[in-house]
Amino acid sequence: MSFINYSSREINCKIVYYGPGLCGKTTNLHYIHKKVGPNMKGKLISLSTETERTLFFDFLPLSLGEIRGFRTRFHLYTVPGQVFYDASRKLILKGVDGVVFVADSQLERMEANIESLDNLRVNLAEQGYDLDRIPFVIQYNKRDLPNAVPVEELRRELNYRNVPEWNAIAPQGVGVFDTLKSVARLVLRELKKGGNR
Amino acid sequence: MANSLVMYEEEFSRIHALCERLIRETHSKVVFLVDKNGQLITAAGQTQHVDTTSLASLTAGNVAAMGGLAKLIGESEFPHQFHEGTNESLYMTVIGGRVVLVVIFDNRTSLGLVRLRIKKASDEMMRILESVAMRAEYSGAASPFAEISDADIENLFSE
Repeated sequence: MSFINYSSREINCKIVYYGPGLCGKTTNLHYIHKKVGPNMKGKLISLSTETERTLFFDFLPLSLGEIRGFRTRFHLYTVPGQVFYDASRKLILKGVDGVVFVADSQLERMEANIESLDNLRVNLAEQGYDLDRIPFVIQYNKRDLPNAVPVEELRRELNYRNVPEWNAIAPQGVGVFDTLKSVARLVLRELKKGGNR
Repeated sequence: MANSLVMYEEEFSRIHALCERLIRETHSKVVFLVDKNGQLITAAGQTQHVDTTSLASLTAGNVAAMGGLAKLIGESEFPHQFHEGTNESLYMTVIGGRVVLVVIFDNRTSLGLVRLRIKKASDEMMRILESVAMRAEYSGAASPFAEISDADIENLFSE
């Protein structure tokens, strides 16, 4: 749920990175934080365990520029991917405007991808959202690994909605900004539609 | 997608004035108002050394987590939370089920006074929020984003 403030002429939107454990959600945010200029970003907050696994969420505020005099800000969140943190995942989806699903391309993580996508659908529904309607993009991460399955196969299993999809190698930044821009674009288009309501 | 929270100048000024007043009445350092999804609505007081964006997001995370805990034990919510530090303390109140009022204070004031003033301010805040909600209902088509073009959106991404 976006927040439009006429007084400060700001619009704030929330984007959530979802996906199975160790798929690279936090890595996406770290890369964005590293590359974006200091005037465009706030502090990256990571609520993680001692072993750097996400415990609750990572948070990165980004300012993208102005549209018709309104400063456009995006709040990026990741969820904890591990299965047993489901209660936390539900909380983070509250008020979401757009979702990035980060899939792990490795063959042995295929089942985890499918399970996580199903979990996303259920958790979104609990918050009153429909995965088939919400601004949504998919990132196929870890394309550099030798055990990565062909993109066609990932697409068949995960992208039945035919949403924008990106190949990525998150630690090197490949596909990271393409993914972000693509979901931000969808969120803004949705806002535009909302305005015509 | 859920409706946007739209805040107009008039209600914003009233909310901000209320936060300013709360600072004076409670002798606290910072008062800020956050929506439950983590968006900062306004902040008053000594905000220059505080990362208000991070504070807003963590407040929402905390309220959401405590709300989850409340449901597990059969409560609908824990509307009041108090966290006491060595020097600074923090009081959070959920208002109208939608926003969180946060007061940061030190030993120049007391928890009792802060609680008392918050209680009074909450009722007033509730009335302002109701008027925000009502206005949103009647002016659904007035979003500034109804007018934007695809070109406007693309311009945002041109480097």
